[in-house]
Amino acid sequence: MNALLLTLALPFAGAVLLALVRPLAVAGWLNVAISTTSFGAAAWLAWTVATAGEVAGYGFRVDVFNVYLVALTAFVGMTTSVFSRPYMQHVCRTGMTTERGMRIYHAMYQAFMFTMLLALTTDSLGVLWVAVEGATLATVLLVSLYRTPEAVEAAWKYFILCGVGIALALFGTVLTYFAAQHVLTEPGAGLTWSILYRHAADLEPSVMGLAFVFLLVGYGTKVGLVPMHQWLPDAHSEGPTPMSAVLSGLLLNVALYAVVRIKMLVDGSLAASASPHLAGHLLMGFGLVSFLVAGLFLHRQRDIKRMFSYSSIEHMGLMTFAFGLGGPLATFGALLHMLVHSLTKSAIFITVGHATHIAGTQRIDNIRGLIRTQPMVGWSLLLGVIAIAGFPPFGVFTSEFLLLTATMQSQPWLTVALLTGLAIAFAGLLRHLQPMVYGPAPEGQRPVAANMLPVLLHLALVLWLGLSIPPFLVEWLNRATELISGAHLV
Amino acid sequence: MSITTLPLLQQLVLVLAAIVLFTSFVLLAQARLVSAIHAFAWQGALTAAATAVVAVAGHEPHLYFSAALTFLLKALLIPWMLHRLVARLALDRHVDLLRHPALVVMAAVALVIFSYWLVLPMVRLELAFTRNIVAISLAVVLIGLLMMVFRQQAVAQVLGFMSMENGLFLAAVSATGGMPLVVELGVAFDVLVAMVLFGVFFFQIRDSIDTLDVDRLNRLTESLEDER
Amino acid sequence: MNATAWLLAIAQALLYVALAPLLVGWVRKVKARLQNRRGPPLLQAYRDLYKLFGKETRVAHTASPLFRAAPYVVFIATWLAAMAIPLLAVDLPTAAIADIIVVVGLLALARFFLALAGMDVGTAFGGMGASREMLIAALAEPAMLMAVFTLAMTAHSTNLSSVVDAHLAAGLVLRPSYLFALGALLLVALAETGRIPVDNPATHLELTMVHEAMILEYSGRHLALMEWAAQIKLLLYGVLIVNVFLPWGIARELLPADLGLGFAAVVVKLLLLGAVLAVGETVLAKMRLFRVPAFLNLALLLALLGLLGHVILEVGA
Repeated sequence: MNALLLTLALPFAGAVLLALVRPLAVAGWLNVAISTTSFGAAAWLAWTVATAGEVAGYGFRVDVFNVYLVALTAFVGMTTSVFSRPYMQHVCRTGMTTERGMRIYHAMYQAFMFTMLLALTTDSLGVLWVAVEGATLATVLLVSLYRTPEAVEAAWKYFILCGVGIALALFGTVLTYFAAQHVLTEPGAGLTWSILYRHAADLEPSVMGLAFVFLLVGYGTKVGLVPMHQWLPDAHSEGPTPMSAVLSGLLLNVALYAVVRIKMLVDGSLAASASPHLAGHLLMGFGLVSFLVAGLFLHRQRDIKRMFSYSSIEHMGLMTFAFGLGGPLATFGALLHMLVHSLTKSAIFITVGHATHIAGTQRIDNIRGLIRTQPMVGWSLLLGVIAIAGFPPFGVFTSEFLLLTATMQSQPWLTVALLTGLAIAFAGLLRHLQPMVYGPAPEGQRPVAANMLPVLLHLALVLWLGLSIPPFLVEWLNRATELISGAHLV
Repeated sequence: MSITTLPLLQQLVLVLAAIVLFTSFVLLAQARLVSAIHAFAWQGALTAAATAVVAVAGHEPHLYFSAALTFLLKALLIPWMLHRLVARLALDRHVDLLRHPALVVMAAVALVIFSYWLVLPMVRLELAFTRNIVAISLAVVLIGLLMMVFRQQAVAQVLGFMSMENGLFLAAVSATGGMPLVVELGVAFDVLVAMVLFGVFFFQIRDSIDTLDVDRLNRLTESLEDER
Repeated sequence: MNATAWLLAIAQALLYVALAPLLVGWVRKVKARLQNRRGPPLLQAYRDLYKLFGKETRVAHTASPLFRAAPYVVFIATWLAAMAIPLLAVDLPTAAIADIIVVVGLLALARFFLALAGMDVGTAFGGMGASREMLIAALAEPAMLMAVFTLAMTAHSTNLSSVVDAHLAAGLVLRPSYLFALGALLLVALAETGRIPVDNPATHLELTMVHEAMILEYSGRHLALMEWAAQIKLLLYGVLIVNVFLPWGIARELLPADLGLGFAAVVVKLLLLGAVLAVGETVLAKMRLFRVPAFLNLALLLALLGLLGHVILEVGA
């Protein structure tokens, strides 16, 4: 319990503290320190859950599924803060933003971490909503940090689309509460996950089906499912790069986490009804469409961050599809994919941040010869893209292989669509990558001060996961799989 | 359960809910910003009034608090903030005409029917006298959405957003007798912060494109031709 | 149906004819007072009619027989429509022969002949008035029908007597649908009877007039009949609104005491409605003709919301 409270209190206190601290250098280090300690707290929490089982109380509940995401969130939050310190100092020096903007940036960074962790650990469907909406509010000012017309436009789109989406999710929440009130005797408990799960079979299926549609559209907007994805590429490309890294690596995961939790509930309620697989089929449909559409859009991108944000949509689509497919194999694969995608994508965004500083632009056409100017950045980008495209021996290959196997088992004809999508996405990434890394470097292109430690750490982890998944992680994912799909894999 | 069998107070709730729906239409079709803000304030006040009457009629004392909170936030604070923003942005006399008013209003009417059809399974469950209002509140939410789609003006879009929140609140009150207190406070906090941020954005948008006509925010598109 | 009922029905029909100028006089009087004028006496409308009946009737030499027939048709159609609306008592035989759809039809017939007569002589004003009248009618009629359907759905009958009866039987019920239907009917009534803000009954300004433009060529008893028909129409709408939405006081048994109470009640309600109308006309300005469609679209929207409100809120599923 202490570990849990500490995990939540640290970023909250950090947000307040960083809103007050004026000197930029201090704030940067402070951000790193707070993020590192909260990762420590999260690791402690994970260890507690691994050894002693569920941690619950004060309206929180941490089980194997969400503690895994808590640890991942805190970890990526930590590495990104390490990257963001020198990066944002550089940004500030070039005059893209002001000191005041930097204070907002640091405070909101921690506030964002807090809302993410709150959304993951809460036991209430209602608080989950409040936290996810809070995450939008915390990041929307960061997207418009540079105050260019494009940044303001992206932030406005992000704000409005996510606001609308999340409002629909609230309606779904109300419907769930309504269905729960019909069967529960204790008032006010109708939004608690643990109680809802116990009574899932009694919930009125027609109402829960309707609630699921609203919740899926609502949180699906945040996941970036097509056609509610419009905000995602804009917000990723116009915001500061550390924001892109955490949005892609964390926010999308948390939204997907919400969708999966809701699917578990609705599956329980619809099991005896006329359409028991409604939730799964909806997820598969949305997921597959997102996967294919994003893959196609990868080809026509001219902005490097936009391109990788489409790659994020593609991977979120794949995971949504896998969770919709259900069954232990697909669920295990999706959980693993969540992990490796977060690590790889945040590593890529960090590298891209350095690459854009080297080239002085985000236009793919003008980024050339990275490997000549700064071999470290060039190699990282190359390896990151190879990893995200699903090449062995990286972890993404493992998870995608598992997903393909699962699809082959239950819906063989969809494997074709998945393979085609993977090939399209692969081609889209590679055709842009080659000239950026190998092309001739323009005159006067100089290396920048870059802290590549986080990138190397992430890529090394992904490589490790690709070569051999450590037994404790298998055990962990296995238990989470059992929680979600009702059966364990190994 | 027909309306004639309900006590008078519960009938009053239904009447108030119906007027809330009507204010949604007024908001949708109102061209003058200041009048639209007034309509929004009325909608908030009516929502609060409906909540208070539900509290009296259904003997749910915790709803008094919700009603007071809604009244403060939706009928006083947010309209006041919007008024100040509009005054500071010199938009007092701004008129934002809908392009096809009759079509948009007909679409809104269609949404009302759609909402009714959507929540029929809930109505059949026959839980409380307020269950008929769920369709109305969903319609308010969807009309707010429609308003955000068809209005080009940033302030009008925010009004649409806020009226969606009104609809959601009404839904929570009518379907379930209000959400748990923590959630309700959290939602209210989020709405308030959102309003403050909207205010910040009005100035950022105006600084970047010299107008609050959000249609002009069109630099980020997916065309191959865009040269940035 | 016994003889008393028929006698009462005839008396009620005559009352419509007799009271109509009084309502107009009352509205004019209140309006004048609100504008700090003394205004014409309450009975001035009767004197005007008497004067017109005494005058020579001139007919343009381009006019067809239709022009001469139109005043009678308009007057009788309006009068027949009025008969179907319960004034003093429900359950009268006249109410049984016509329901609300027939009323709307009769009013449409009257309007049709009015517009034809306006165009008959071939003057510019007559044609303009007729075209404007038809524009307003085309928008007002669906709204009127929709509002009426809302009432009919609650009473499960299109007969006005049954509607009033059902309303009385249910006691005081706050119906959202009635609220919207009332709003819609008020707007429609303003448009149909040519009051501000749609038309100004007190002006002969060429650019804005609608009703006056159509009867510009009439004189003498023809004009009197046209004016009288318009007054009956105003009374008809007034009675429709007060007796359907606030039916309390109307006689349900044909006893003298009940009838007396019914008469007193309807007079008081009409006086109040007339005063409200006068206040409204004083406060509002006449709107441009181009705005009238928006005004009537609002009426249509209200009627539609009334209908939906009835289905969504008032019927147990």
